[in-house]
Amino acid sequence: MAVQAVHEAALREFERGLRTMAGAADLQVVGPRGGFDENIYAQLAGRPEVAEASPVLELQVKWAGSESEETLQVLGIDIFALARVTPVLLPKPASTADRLASLAEDNVFLSRAAQTALGRQPGDEIELQAGTQRRRFRIAGDIPGAADNRRLAVMDIAAAQAHFGKLGRLSRIDLKLADDVAPAAARPALQAMLPAGVLIEVPEASAEQAGNLSRAYRVNLTLLAAIALLTGGFLVFSAQALSVVRRRTEFAFLRALGLARRTLFTWLLAEGAIVGLAGGIVGVILGQALAWGALTMLGGDLGAGYFSGLQPTLQFQPLASAVYVALGLLAGVAGAWLPAREAATVSPAQALKAGGETTLLGGRGHPMLGLGLLAASLAACAIPPIDGLPLGGYLAVACLLAGSVLLLPLVAAGIARLLPERGPVPARLAAARLVAAPGHAVVAAAGVLTSVALAAAMAIMVASFRDSVDQWLHQLLPADIYLRAGQTQSSAYLDEALQVQISTVNGVDRSNFTRHANLRLAAGKAPVALIARTILADGSNLPLVGPVRLGEQPAIWISEAMLDLYGWRVGQTVALPLAGQLVELHVAGIWRDYARQTGAIMIDLADYRRLTGDRLANDAGIYLAADANTEQVAAALTAMAGPGVLEISRPGEIRALTLKIFDRTFAVTYLLEAVAIAIGLAGVAASFAALAAARRREFGMLRHLGLSRRQIGWMLAQEGALAAGVGVATGLLAGGAIGLVLIEVVNRQSFHWSMDLHVPWASLALFALGLVALAALAAVLAGRQAMRQDAVLAVREDW
Amino acid sequence: MQRRDFLVALAGLGAFGLDAAAAVEFAPVLPGYRLAFPADHGAHPDFRTEWWYATGWLNLPEGSPLGFQITFFRVRTGIGEENASAFAPRQLILAHAALADPALGHLRHDERSARLGFGRAGFATDQTKVWVNDWRFEQQGDNYRAEVRSAEFAYALDLVTSGPPMLNGRAGFSTKAADLRHTSYYYSRPQLKVDGMVMLAGKTRPVSGQAWLDHEWSSEALAPGAQGWDWIGINLADGSALMAFRLRGAADTALWSAATFRQADGSTRSFPPEAVAFEALRQWRSPRTGIAYPVEWRVRLEQRLFRLQVLMDDQELDSRRSTGAIYWEGAVRLLEDDREVGRGYLEMTGYGEKMRLG
Repeated sequence: MAVQAVHEAALREFERGLRTMAGAADLQVVGPRGGFDENIYAQLAGRPEVAEASPVLELQVKWAGSESEETLQVLGIDIFALARVTPVLLPKPASTADRLASLAEDNVFLSRAAQTALGRQPGDEIELQAGTQRRRFRIAGDIPGAADNRRLAVMDIAAAQAHFGKLGRLSRIDLKLADDVAPAAARPALQAMLPAGVLIEVPEASAEQAGNLSRAYRVNLTLLAAIALLTGGFLVFSAQALSVVRRRTEFAFLRALGLARRTLFTWLLAEGAIVGLAGGIVGVILGQALAWGALTMLGGDLGAGYFSGLQPTLQFQPLASAVYVALGLLAGVAGAWLPAREAATVSPAQALKAGGETTLLGGRGHPMLGLGLLAASLAACAIPPIDGLPLGGYLAVACLLAGSVLLLPLVAAGIARLLPERGPVPARLAAARLVAAPGHAVVAAAGVLTSVALAAAMAIMVASFRDSVDQWLHQLLPADIYLRAGQTQSSAYLDEALQVQISTVNGVDRSNFTRHANLRLAAGKAPVALIARTILADGSNLPLVGPVRLGEQPAIWISEAMLDLYGWRVGQTVALPLAGQLVELHVAGIWRDYARQTGAIMIDLADYRRLTGDRLANDAGIYLAADANTEQVAAALTAMAGPGVLEISRPGEIRALTLKIFDRTFAVTYLLEAVAIAIGLAGVAASFAALAAARRREFGMLRHLGLSRRQIGWMLAQEGALAAGVGVATGLLAGGAIGLVLIEVVNRQSFHWSMDLHVPWASLALFALGLVALAALAAVLAGRQAMRQDAVLAVREDW
Repeated sequence: MQRRDFLVALAGLGAFGLDAAAAVEFAPVLPGYRLAFPADHGAHPDFRTEWWYATGWLNLPEGSPLGFQITFFRVRTGIGEENASAFAPRQLILAHAALADPALGHLRHDERSARLGFGRAGFATDQTKVWVNDWRFEQQGDNYRAEVRSAEFAYALDLVTSGPPMLNGRAGFSTKAADLRHTSYYYSRPQLKVDGMVMLAGKTRPVSGQAWLDHEWSSEALAPGAQGWDWIGINLADGSALMAFRLRGAADTALWSAATFRQADGSTRSFPPEAVAFEALRQWRSPRTGIAYPVEWRVRLEQRLFRLQVLMDDQELDSRRSTGAIYWEGAVRLLEDDREVGRGYLEMTGYGEKMRLG
């Protein structure tokens, strides 16, 4: 519920932002990050089917005093065209006296959200970073039509081109078509006029891209939440079942007094429904509170970084809430169904006799069905992603869980058979109970199983992921110092003079420069990152997966996502739109990329410069001379530009930061795991409490036979531990399998990256032992009430 | 004529933040300059503002009248003079067009604006030729052609001249205030014969009529203290032509007035401020903006007394949404001794908010 609410809030915000951006545009012309030739604008604007064309230069810009990850989206616009195509973005001068404010070269207009974020108001000045320079602008007004939460700045397009070194370049053209022209009809003719790598899209496409980007992540989280919900449902089920069992005698009385079967059945169902409803309502309230907390602390993407620059607001969603309440209700009714039927059908005379409760939950389960489900999960793994979602993977997870729950009685019986028949009396009693009435243990263990399986699977996946990311960073960051002009790859760069200067700083042995660009390869798909850096001929300085095949043409190295999304293969020749021309390049190998789900291509910097003529760089990896002092070199490098313009970092810091972000991203999954575990433990406690109440007579009998309370306590603890042990053992097995599915199927299909398996044995073992101990404790605590009763009284009940 | 200055100013994009303009030297309007044609029909990009302003009466085939107005403004912003960007907004072209149709009861109007460049807007300096998107106004020989296309209406009109330009003020040096800084170069082309097509309510029909063209350029903003102005340009039925304007102060006092009268034989006379008087006779209040405009006037030119009667009361042009300007620009009849003697256009500005000029 909480997860759902947070995501709805974030997505709504995102879509609204995009709608604002697109405004009334019928079509959009988009290109790579570096932009495209502005003369395309003249050609398109002159077309008869185009009523108006609005040229846009879009930049992500840092401002003086910004945190390193914070950027401002700056749009260079032609106000005249904007007024006719996307009027919502019209800037409004703060002072009406200055009527040319929107054209003035040093004026910038900030949306309310940007003003708040920057702590500045119209009339104030602001310094924006262009390349490695800082430019001073005056805040001349706001953008009244911009979405409330969008950090946006608008300035004249000529000013933006000149200030940010983008003369002759545009990043987007919004088109408004003539009244009688349908977008679908105009698109092919207009597309034919455009150079390679510049595409025409329907504005909604970018909304879809953005949605798709985070969708896999969202679906994963929702699935986790669903598993937690399932476990919760299981808890309701078992609690309800046991509470009915405990009251068998009462029901028998009622039946004997003339209560009809149907009525009793309906009553019990109603009781289950009320419990489920109450639980559902409390859950929704808690969920809203949690969502609020999570939004405040982690942001709309729950820390995953998909929606930076947005501040979503939480809204109460009646429909989703109703669905969750209904799910709670359903769990309650389902939990009550079987025992209610049993209570209603059994003959009163039989039920009035003691000891009948064991019959209910016995049985050997459905081992064949369980095995069948396990086999089905294998088959499900082979299903390719459907609409970009790893549905097969999720199906496999569900089959694995259900299968192992069904096999649980078999496992319990097996474990019981393995237990030694010696030892102290309480232990033998506990073991005997497991053998004789595995049903009770199974009810408690099933909850534990689901939660353990989930937790173990996530732990294995996260550990593998983290380990692989760490190794990947090692391979990608071999230099001693990294220097970059800022995170904003569109407006911050190192020019050639600065590159030479960097190489000649005292103590620098050599430096490798990297250029970040991107390419549009297909309409409707998100842009693909193009990374130009120094690459050895055999690609050995890349985190390669699979074989390398070199060819005649210049080599490119593609990330795993390119394989999945575009179907490219090693050894293939592909045509890339570089600088407006299609260039034939050879796919030499595949590398692992954890940074860009939408695909990335690496090319040697020398090749890139030769093919595009683009000689700028975004960052530099610097190797120090043997005797150089890191601090001194770093200081000398920073001093080359104004304070705060160049960022220096060491690989260690980058790794630490990356892993910090990684951990933050997974914080919410830890939270969900903790919730699942808590629910599992609550299941153990609830089932033992219910059973203990029903077993008062048994305890009384044991007391009569000379067992001390402490011994009964021990017996209960061992029963709890045994039940939990069965659940934990099965859960670990199932969890391992699910973890594999997550790594090999779900992650691969959702995010298009592979990882090396890394099982955190120690923490899993610790976790398992801890859980067993906790379950034992829970069982003892739950049984205390029943044990406290007087032995004689307890036995007297049995008449 | 500062009236256009005002429009440009209100064009939101239009007029000139003095601070932005301060860095740029605009060409000054000097007495003694002799207008030379055809060169002075073209644009004068060194000056701050310039406009070509055509207004007139058209007749539909069945005889019912229409008023039309088309204006092209050229603005030198003083911005981006050093900017190498092809988008640098050094020169802007803004165009307004309107049709007054008594059958509709209010104006149809639309506008276009663009900066120079990329073929989106431009002008010629050797003849009248100015365009923005697919709207254009240009000279063909000594005649003119106007083309306007909008969702609601469109027209393509040929305007045929009948004689040389009528120079206003002192041989085209038009004074706007006692202070000689507030001047412009200003000539008119009255008695233009119009033929063309008008598209209205989805139907395209041939039209014919009479029109008036103003061409004016200057660099100096409006005199301080001016609240607005009233202007007329009338083609008289006997072939003569009358242009008159006055600038109003805060309390509707006339700050400055002037007029030009050309006889049918071509002899032209300019009138000093004291020879011209405007007197409002009847008010009309706009239901949309609540602004009251005088829609009946008595105009005195020395001894001659005229009355102005509007084609329809509601010829208010409210373009606040896009350009911020609200003014009244409409077709009028000129009466002398209660007899119609001519037709033309009346413009009234500054009746709403006090206008602000850069």
